[in-house]
Amino acid sequence: MTRKPPSQKVNRLGLPMTEYKGLPSTLCKGCGHDAITSQIVKAFYESAIEPHRVAKMSGIGCSSKTPAYFLSTAHGFNAVHGRMPSVATGAVLGNRSLVTIGVSGDGDTASIGLGQFCHLLRRNVPMIYIIENNGVYGLTKGQFSATADKGAALKTGAINDLPPIDCCTLAIEMGCSYVARSFSGDPKQLVPLIQGALSHQGTAVIDVVSPCVTFNNREDSTKSYPWAKEHEELLHQIDFVPHFEPIEEVEYEEGESKDVEMPDGSVIRLRKLERGHDPSDRRSAMRILEDTRGKGELLTGLIYVDPQADNFFDLLNLGDRPLAQLGEEELRPGPEVLDEVMKSLM
Amino acid sequence: MSTTPSQPVAEESQRERRQTIVNDFSIQVATPNGSGSQSSNNVLMRSIFQMGIPVSGKNLFPSNIQGLPTWFTIRVSKDGYVGRKKEIDILIAMNPQTAREDVENLEPNQVVIYDEPLKLAKIRDDLTFYPVPFTDLAGQVISNVKLKKLVANMVYVGSAAELFGIDMEQVEAAIGKWFEGKPKAVDFNVKAARLGAEYVRDNLEKRDPYQVKSMNATQGKIIIDGNAAAALGCLFAGATVMTWYPITPSSSLCETLIDYLNKYRLDKDGKATFAVIQAEDELAAVGMAIGAGWAGARSMTSTSGPGISLMSEFVGLAYFAEVPCVIFDVQRVGPSTGLPTRTSQGDVSSLYYLSHGDTKHLVLFPASMAECFDFAGRSFDLAERFQQPVFVASDLDLGMNNWMADPFDYPDKPYDRGKVLTAEDLDKVEQFARYRDVDGDGIAYRTLPGNDNPRGAFFTRGSGRNEQARYSERPEDYINQLERLARKHRTARKYVPQPLLEEPEGAQIGIIAYGSTDVAMPECRDQLRQEAGVETAYYRIRALPLCDDLRDFVERYRDIYVVEQNRDGQMADIIRLEVGENSPKVHKIVHFNGLPIDARFISDAILEREKSVGN
Ligand SMILES: Cc1ncc(C[n+]2csc(CCOP(=O)(O)OP(=O)(O)O)c2C)c(N)n1
Ligand code: SF4
Repeated sequence: MTRKPPSQKVNRLGLPMTEYKGLPSTLCKGCGHDAITSQIVKAFYESAIEPHRVAKMSGIGCSSKTPAYFLSTAHGFNAVHGRMPSVATGAVLGNRSLVTIGVSGDGDTASIGLGQFCHLLRRNVPMIYIIENNGVYGLTKGQFSATADKGAALKTGAINDLPPIDCCTLAIEMGCSYVARSFSGDPKQLVPLIQGALSHQGTAVIDVVSPCVTFNNREDSTKSYPWAKEHEELLHQIDFVPHFEPIEEVEYEEGESKDVEMPDGSVIRLRKLERGHDPSDRRSAMRILEDTRGKGELLTGLIYVDPQADNFFDLLNLGDRPLAQLGEEELRPGPEVLDEVMKSLM
Repeated sequence: MSTTPSQPVAEESQRERRQTIVNDFSIQVATPNGSGSQSSNNVLMRSIFQMGIPVSGKNLFPSNIQGLPTWFTIRVSKDGYVGRKKEIDILIAMNPQTAREDVENLEPNQVVIYDEPLKLAKIRDDLTFYPVPFTDLAGQVISNVKLKKLVANMVYVGSAAELFGIDMEQVEAAIGKWFEGKPKAVDFNVKAARLGAEYVRDNLEKRDPYQVKSMNATQGKIIIDGNAAAALGCLFAGATVMTWYPITPSSSLCETLIDYLNKYRLDKDGKATFAVIQAEDELAAVGMAIGAGWAGARSMTSTSGPGISLMSEFVGLAYFAEVPCVIFDVQRVGPSTGLPTRTSQGDVSSLYYLSHGDTKHLVLFPASMAECFDFAGRSFDLAERFQQPVFVASDLDLGMNNWMADPFDYPDKPYDRGKVLTAEDLDKVEQFARYRDVDGDGIAYRTLPGNDNPRGAFFTRGSGRNEQARYSERPEDYINQLERLARKHRTARKYVPQPLLEEPEGAQIGIIAYGSTDVAMPECRDQLRQEAGVETAYYRIRALPLCDDLRDFVERYRDIYVVEQNRDGQMADIIRLEVGENSPKVHKIVHFNGLPIDARFISDAILEREKSVGN
C-alpha cells in the first residue's frame, strides 16, 4: 500500500480534500443529506477524480440542493422536479467523458420522477444515482413520499395508508446493474459503495436512508436516525481497492470474502457476514430484499452488481470522442452528400 | 363564392366540355386507408412532374391505420400555384364506402373515373363517368389477393395517363423510381399501368376537357416533404443528439433523420457521430435535448401540439437557465387530441410564451421546402447564439405532403456556436460571471462542463441567481436577470429570419401571413388583382420575435389582413400588441377546418370586407 495518501493531505492527483468541497450547506442542522455530501466528497477525493470532469445533476428537493455543497469546480445542473434522469442522459450523451453523479430525493425519484428513473435504469446510462431517502417531502415541509412506510405517521398526525416503493427492488427489476443500499450515518460503508459506483460503467443506484430531522424523525419512523442506527444490518463489510493500487492478496479466508472486479480493474472487496449473499446473483438479490422487507431490518450493502452489463455507449455505437467536442468537419457531410440526396429526389 | 358560374344550361356545359383545359386541374384519388395507394398516387404525381408541369400533392388521411377513407389530391397548375384548390375536377373513386358521397359532392361537369362494379354512373347525369374494371384488370397481372388490391391502384394510373395524355414513358420511369431495387414489383406494376391504359384506349371515348401537355417548368426540381427537408437540414446542421417520442405528424421527421444519420454520419471507424434516443415520453425527450445542449452538443427533438404541452415546464427551465436546444413542432389540429391528422397553425401563442412566468421564445416559421431545410440549420445556430430553446413551427401540410422544390443550397456558412469560453479564454478574462451582460446585447458567456479551468465552473439552476450564477433571491438580482433576458430577446430580432416584403405600387391594403399559409398567397393576390383590381402589399413573417419594420408596414396601409390557420387569430393578436395604436387596422382572416387554406377562401374573405367598407 505504497500510494495511500500521505497523512490524508492530498490524493493521488495531489489535490487536498478541500478541492472536493462545495459551498456551505443551507440545509437543517443534522439533516442526513449533509452527511451524504461528506461521503461523496470523501469518495471522489479518495478515488482521485478530477473535479472538473464531473457533472453534478439533480432534480428538486432538499436533497437536490446538495450538489452545490460538493465539488465546487465541477459543473452542476439543478433541473426540474423528478426529471433529472433525462437531463443527465442528455449530458452523458453530449459528453461521454464526464463523470456523472445525480442526487435525488425519494419524492423526486419515486413519485414525480418514477418514470424517468425506470427508463434511466433500462438504458443503463453510466452515472451514479444517489437517492437521499427520508420517506418524506422535505422541501415542501413534510408530506408523505412514495417510500414512506404504510402506517407511518407525520408530525401532523397523518397516517400513510399506502405501501412504500422499494427503490432497490425496483432498480433490480428495471435491469439496473449496480444496486446498493446504505445509511447516511454509516460513512465506512457509504464511501466504498460510492467508489465502487464510480468504477461501474452503467447506472449505479445507491438508496441511502437519510433522515429528515425536521419532518420525519419520530422514533418509530423507519427513516429516522435512531431507528436506522439501531436496525442497520450489514450484508457485508466493504472495501474498495482502486485500480491503480496493486490488488492485495485475499486477506480473508476462502468462502468468507468475495472480490468483485470492475471493468476498470478496480475491486470491490466484500467480507461476507453470516448471510453469505452473493451480489452477482440477481435472484438471490431479489430474495434477500423480499426476505428483509417488513422484518424490521435495514439491510445495507452492495445488493446486486453486474459489471459486464451492456454498455450504453456501445449500444449506440458511439466513438470515444465526446459528441460535444466534434467539429464541423465531422458533423457536416460534404456537398457531394447533398448532391446525392437531391438527385435521388429529382 | 363558387368557381363555377350558376347556369348549368345543358348547351353551355356541352360547349364548356369541348374546350380543352391544359395543365390546370386537380385530381382526387379516394381509396381505403391501408390499400397501398401511396405508391400509385406518387407515381401519378411524379409522371406529371416529369413532364415538366408544376404539381403538388396532398394526402388527407384519417387518424386510423386501416380501412377508413383517404384522399390524395394532385394539383396540376401551369401557373405554378401549389396551394390547395378546393374544387376537385377529376375524381378517381376506388373506395366503395365513400364513392357515393364523393360523387354527390362534386360540382357539375366534373369527371369521375371509377371501379366499374361500383356502378356510380347512375347517381348523376351532369358528370362525365369513366368506368374501368380495375380489380379485374389487376387480376390479369397477379393472382395473389393482397397484391391484386395494390396492383389495382396502378391500373388507375395507367387509365388516367391514357385519358389525360400523360406520357406512358414517364409513368414507367416513375414506377421504376418508386420501386427502385425491386425489379419484380417494377415489372408487374408496369404491366398493370399498361393494362389500364389499354383498356381505356379500347373501350372508352374521351369526353372531358382536361389534358396534360409537356412543359418545361420542373427541370432540375425535386419532390420532397417538409419533414424530410427539415431532417436534411438537421443532418447538415450537425445535429448530434436527437431525442423523440412518436407523434403524428412529426414522426417522419425523426425517422427520416435517423436514416440519414446512419448513412452519412459515421466516422472513419464506422462509429456514430450522433446519438438518437426514442424517449419514454416528451418530457424525457426534451429533458435529454436540454442535457445534451448543456453539455455542448447540438441537440434537438421533434413533436406536435400534445408534446409541446408536456414540454412546457422543461422549456421554461431551458429559457431561464439559458440552455440551447432545438424543438420542431409539426403542428396538427388541437386543442387536446383534436384532429391528429389534419393541419393547423394553432400552436403559435403557446410556442411563443411556453411555460410559466415571463418566458418568450424564438419561433421560426418555414413556408417552403427550402425554408424547412434552411431554418432547420439556422435554428441550431440561433439556439447556441442565444442559449435558449428555439422552435421551428412547421405543420402537417408542409411536413407530410409532397412539394416541388428547387434543390437545396449547400449550407457552407460556418456553424455559429455562440459565446462559449474555453479554458484558455477564461485565463484572459478578468472575472467569469456566467450571467453577466458583457456586450450589452443580453447574451452572457457560457462555459461547458469538462472545462478544466477552475474558474469556468458554474451551477445551472432554474431558481433565482445573480450574475455569478449563485443562488439569489434578492429582488435586484432577479430584475437584473429578467431584464437581461428581455434584452436578449430584443437582440434576437436582428438575427432571426427577417420578414419578406412585396409592396407593389398602388397597393392600399396589406396582407400578413406566415408558414404554410404563404403557399396560397400568390394565387390569392392574383385573384384579387385580376378579379377585382385590388392590389395588395404582402408581409411574410418568418419568425418571432417580430421585426421592427412591422409597425411601419402596418402604418403604410389602410387595412391589414392577417391570414392564418387557427380559430383565434393568434398571430394577429401578437401583432396587435406590437403595433399598439394601429391595432384597429388589423383584421383577422382565419381558416381552421383542418384542411390546408386555399386561395379562394382568402380572396373571398378580403373582397367581402372590402365591399362592406365601401372600397
Ligand atoms: C412540478 C413540481 N411539482 C411540485 C414541486 C414542489 N416540490 C418541490 S420539492 C418537492 C418534494 C421533494 O421531496 P424529496 O424529493 O423527497 O426531497 P427532500 O426535500 O425530502 O430531500 C416538491 C413536491 C415542484 N418543485 N415542481
Ligand atoms: S427539511 Fe428535512 S430534508 Fe430538508 S433540509 Fe431539513 S432535515 Fe433535511
